[in-house]
Amino acid sequence: MRLASLWEGRAAAGAAAAFCLGAAVALRAAEDRWPAPKVDRPELLYLHSPAIARRLVLGYDGIAADVYWIRALQHFGEERLSSRTHVRTYVLLYPLLDLTTTLDPYFSIAYRFGAIFLGEAYPGGPGRPDLAIVLLQKGLAAQPTKWQYLQDLGFVYYWHLHDFKAAAAAFQRASEIPGAPSWLRPLAAVTLAEGGHRESSRALWRQLAQSDEPWLRDSAKLRLAQLDAMDVIESLQARVQTFRDAHPGEAVTWDRLVAAGLLPGIPLDSSGTPFALEAATGAITVSGASKLFPLPGQIQAPR
Amino acid sequence: MKTIGSVAVAVFRESVRDRVFYNLVLFALLLVAASILIGQLTAGQDVKIIKDLGLAATSLFGLFIAVFVGINLVSKELDRRSVYPLFAKPIRRFEFILGKYAGLLLTLLINIAVMTIAIYGALYLLSRGVPEPVQRAWDAPAMDPALLEAIALIYLNLAVVTAVALFFSTYSSPMLAAVFTLGVYVAGQFTADLRRFDIIVNSPTAVAVAKACYYVLPDFAKFDIKLAVVHGIPVSGAYLASTAAYAAIYVAALLFGAVMIFSRRDFK
Repeated sequence: MRLASLWEGRAAAGAAAAFCLGAAVALRAAEDRWPAPKVDRPELLYLHSPAIARRLVLGYDGIAADVYWIRALQHFGEERLSSRTHVRTYVLLYPLLDLTTTLDPYFSIAYRFGAIFLGEAYPGGPGRPDLAIVLLQKGLAAQPTKWQYLQDLGFVYYWHLHDFKAAAAAFQRASEIPGAPSWLRPLAAVTLAEGGHRESSRALWRQLAQSDEPWLRDSAKLRLAQLDAMDVIESLQARVQTFRDAHPGEAVTWDRLVAAGLLPGIPLDSSGTPFALEAATGAITVSGASKLFPLPGQIQAPR
Repeated sequence: MKTIGSVAVAVFRESVRDRVFYNLVLFALLLVAASILIGQLTAGQDVKIIKDLGLAATSLFGLFIAVFVGINLVSKELDRRSVYPLFAKPIRRFEFILGKYAGLLLTLLINIAVMTIAIYGALYLLSRGVPEPVQRAWDAPAMDPALLEAIALIYLNLAVVTAVALFFSTYSSPMLAAVFTLGVYVAGQFTADLRRFDIIVNSPTAVAVAKACYYVLPDFAKFDIKLAVVHGIPVSGAYLASTAAYAAIYVAALLFGAVMIFSRRDFK
């Protein structure tokens, strides 16, 4: 009799537990089916001070740095892929990278990838090459013999700031570090002599495309595709000009260019997206929907 | 020596009975789940993160065992009153304390050994089939034997924590002993700050107290070479040797203290 009541008690408790769990699952499913209206609220970073973060993690710096690194990646990705109604600010990107690299001062990828993120032109990134430089200099302070940081610094000066003298100086300093590849020294000379030329820029990115880091190779491939797109735009711009000379004051569209026999079809960039053509001015650029968007200098970031 | 061994084996058996090793299942699940998920989240940093995660989890799980088993080593015997018949046998009090300590160290050793095998297993699975040029870009090879240096220092760190917990458990309740041990562990992370206390405080007394704490408190930050090892930065043999010597001396001091306090307790 006592055994039976014990069993009944257990069965009732088990049933109650199963019922409650089922109710929780049902509620969750209902929330998914009828989601609450999404509010575009800014992300929060509770801890801004890297020095305090370092103390709070009690020796677990490495794993804490990994967590902040993952957050930095997610923040960058979420902002970059957010809807057009959302104002992309990337406001937490630098604080997150700063926390990551203070917790783990040897986290190379956070400096190198972080600098690429920060320098990326708006809206693809925050368009803050100044912060990219600060981050890389922080990396150099931690590891002065890391020539890769100087190489990246040179790229930021070259690509984003068009400061060819500073870029050449960074490549030169990188080439003087023992173990640096031999191509860095001529790179410094080329940068100084031909800074701003598309061909010298292409040579720089081709060097990076040989990198051992897969993400760096991908980034270099994107830049090379952007340079190719800039070449194509130049050639297309000449055909648009031919059309405008023949039809002054008229709106120009791809269809009209094709009809005039100036183009075999609507031109696509290497990502398969049609180039954007402004009917009134005839200006050509990559479309906002293209993977190559934005080309260098296409859009300025809000500060 | 035989008596210490017998007490140590009893402690080890008790931890097996208390399901202390169940944490290994959680550890294994954590590593397996992380190995599967991390690659999707981290832009090619999966090997680094598995190393960080594996070392941090080894240290953290070990810390919980050292503190929460350590604080009960003596008090449990007192609560159960099993200490009275025990001392009726030819067991001296220092043998009892040293045996308890050795037993928990054995438990931690087995625990850490299994975790080490699990970490290397996860790293092997992650690095298998990764092309040579990608592996060259890593700061250190996946199956880096230097990881063992970090794990060895984690074990020494836990040996000190266990000694601290045992020391407090000889005269206070388990709850207080846990609070004291965790307090010492946290304070032991900041001893470098105590040394430079004069930069922020003007009072000579406060500076003197801070300096005294700096020398007396165990420097737990000294045992942390996880970051260096994960990034392939060499750690000198001299550093490892001096840290091991520091741990040995500190543990000896705490065990002597524990034996002294425990010897004075009246169990009649």
